Amino acid sequence: MTDMHPANVKRVTAPFLNEQAKEFRCGDQILLNGVIYTGRDAAHQKIVKSLEQGEQLPFELKGQVIYFVGPSPAPPGKVIGSAGPTTSGRMDAYSPKLIAEGLKGMIGKGSRSLEVIEAMKRFGAVYLGAIGGAGALLAACIKKSEIIAYPELGTEAVRRLEVADFPVVVLIDSLGQNLYELGKQSYRR
Amino acid sequence: MKEINIQEVITAVEKLCVEANCILDTDMAGALEHALITEESLQGREVIKLLLENASIAAKEMVPICQDTGMAVLFAEIGQDLHISGGFLTGALNEGVRRGYEKGFLRKSIVKDPFNRVNTGDNTPAVVHYDIVEGDKLTLTLAPKGFGSENMGALKMLKPSDGLEGVMDFVVETVEKAGANPCPPVIVGVGVGGTMEKAAILAKKALLRTVGESHCQEEYARLEQELLLRINRLGIGPQGFGGRITALAVNMEVFPTHIAGLPAAVNINCHAARHRKIVLEGRESIQ
Repeated sequence: MTDMHPANVKRVTAPFLNEQAKEFRCGDQILLNGVIYTGRDAAHQKIVKSLEQGEQLPFELKGQVIYFVGPSPAPPGKVIGSAGPTTSGRMDAYSPKLIAEGLKGMIGKGSRSLEVIEAMKRFGAVYLGAIGGAGALLAACIKKSEIIAYPELGTEAVRRLEVADFPVVVLIDSLGQNLYELGKQSYRR
Repeated sequence: MKEINIQEVITAVEKLCVEANCILDTDMAGALEHALITEESLQGREVIKLLLENASIAAKEMVPICQDTGMAVLFAEIGQDLHISGGFLTGALNEGVRRGYEKGFLRKSIVKDPFNRVNTGDNTPAVVHYDIVEGDKLTLTLAPKGFGSENMGALKMLKPSDGLEGVMDFVVETVEKAGANPCPPVIVGVGVGGTMEKAAILAKKALLRTVGESHCQEEYARLEQELLLRINRLGIGPQGFGGRITALAVNMEVFPTHIAGLPAAVNINCHAARHRKIVLEGRESIQ
């Protein structure tokens, strides 16, 4: 495990190219730029239903990164309200299906199921962590936000976000190495 | 007899909602500052620094510390010599929540039915716990609770033979199982005794205590310290990235219980532990 150091920080652009997600290693510090999409419980349920019924998806999954977030409303003059990650485990039932369709990155917080990790290994995807509960700070890295699907879901609607130097850490890489496990082992006594 | 009009209650709750969600209490900020010194992991310290920076942005811009502005949990202590006038108290508390969540651009996270899950659109209803107390004042404590941490709570009806060790193991296991999910460093509320629901409410109430304040009885204060040490040996650390500071405090509340039981509840709060209190003084009512 690498401790946080400016020299270890990489700038990466989303969506990811081909096999790019496979290059990231557990513990890597990343400043994410480019376009990501939001989705949490209700949106995932709808996306998976669309997949099963062969309907068109709100966005093409190939190479994309989904941020598990339900932002607070944007006050006047702001792009978005507070926007930190939600607990990823609730998306475990859906994520393997999305990964199989080409999803390459997920941003959230907390542990993932074995099924998700297996899918990440098989298809070369990565699980990134944003700092939970730092919603005000993370919102400042979101430069544009637009609802592109399911507006009826309110905070759970799918948004297209443009991010600049959005700080994340690689929690689980495509080899299945897990920062939560490695970090805990280093400090347990 | 003293009297408070519900309009005053509505205004007070509205203000509590906005302030609690946007301004991190000084006790929590202080505990995080202290953790910055005691945390050994570089990554852990980096996380704490960002959390303090986040709190300062939130307070300056009056945006929520965390996007999960929670379910509004209210503790209302009503002096028995006080009269609430102008309408129904529960209605006033909910109206205050409705206005506060709208005005403060706070997230509305409440679904009307646990099964059909349609959002109520205004973050009501609040969960309200009433207590009738001596005197003629109304004390309102708002503790908005995010569900990243709320989902990690647990309740266990232990056997009296499980004793103190059984309760301690249950608390530590619950925090270990929660891992990174409740956004550590956390505050751990523990309720022991009473009945099933009493233990759960005690655990929630334990979270209202000022961080750094121990139980007033030394034997329980010692238990809190021992639990904190055990939890901080788990290695989970800030955000679960590994480190020494998994919890900032363990607060325990106890209550008499039945000869056949040992109920224990654990309610975990994230590092954005929010609670805000106001005491409303009544006015002399005109007879």
